[in-house]
Amino acid sequence: MFTAAIIAILVTMVLALTRAILGPSLYDRILAVNMFGTKTVLGIAVVGFLMGRPDFLDIALIYALMNFIGVIAILRFFEYDPRGTTNHDR
Amino acid sequence: MIIDAISWFCLMLGCFFCFSGGVGILRFPDFFTRMHAASVTDSLGAILILVGLMFQAGLTLVTVKLAFILLFLLLTGPASSHAMAKAALHSGHKPMNSNTSDDAAKNSASGGDVSNP
Repeated sequence: MFTAAIIAILVTMVLALTRAILGPSLYDRILAVNMFGTKTVLGIAVVGFLMGRPDFLDIALIYALMNFIGVIAILRFFEYDPRGTTNHDR
Repeated sequence: MIIDAISWFCLMLGCFFCFSGGVGILRFPDFFTRMHAASVTDSLGAILILVGLMFQAGLTLVTVKLAFILLFLLLTGPASSHAMAKAALHSGHKPMNSNTSDDAAKNSASGGDVSNP
């Protein structure tokens, strides 16, 4: 059961990575990285359950904290910066 | 037995939402629509997967940790989405069919090109 969950989460991570690579504008990449981080949190929790190691959940919690802070830090950096708007996917 | 069935169902439903969010983030045309897809999977997928794990763990310290992770993800998901949208809008990134904004005529006149004028 857990392996199916982990496989689904890994597939979602791959999809997020492709969006991060393809993403035309900067904000698509930040969005994809944010989603990748959230999926990593879920993945760590599920792997912790699969291997019977409940202390993985602390790692997942810390990772969720870092992911959020990282995204906010990057956004603060690029908020008033026009470079991030090259939206040429049309 | 019932607990396992419920947790299995929650886990699989959560995985489905995660996957649908992943597909959504790839196929949607514009940044703001992709953000909707990503935040759907972030919130609902996370809720269902973590609740499914909670059923597995029963009433132990593990469930408390899972509850903290769930609480934190639910608090930070909308906050980061809001910050991202605000940052995108402030740096001139316009939604795709922003016909509500003032330069709608210019947008439609120039073939709907929404890159920075």
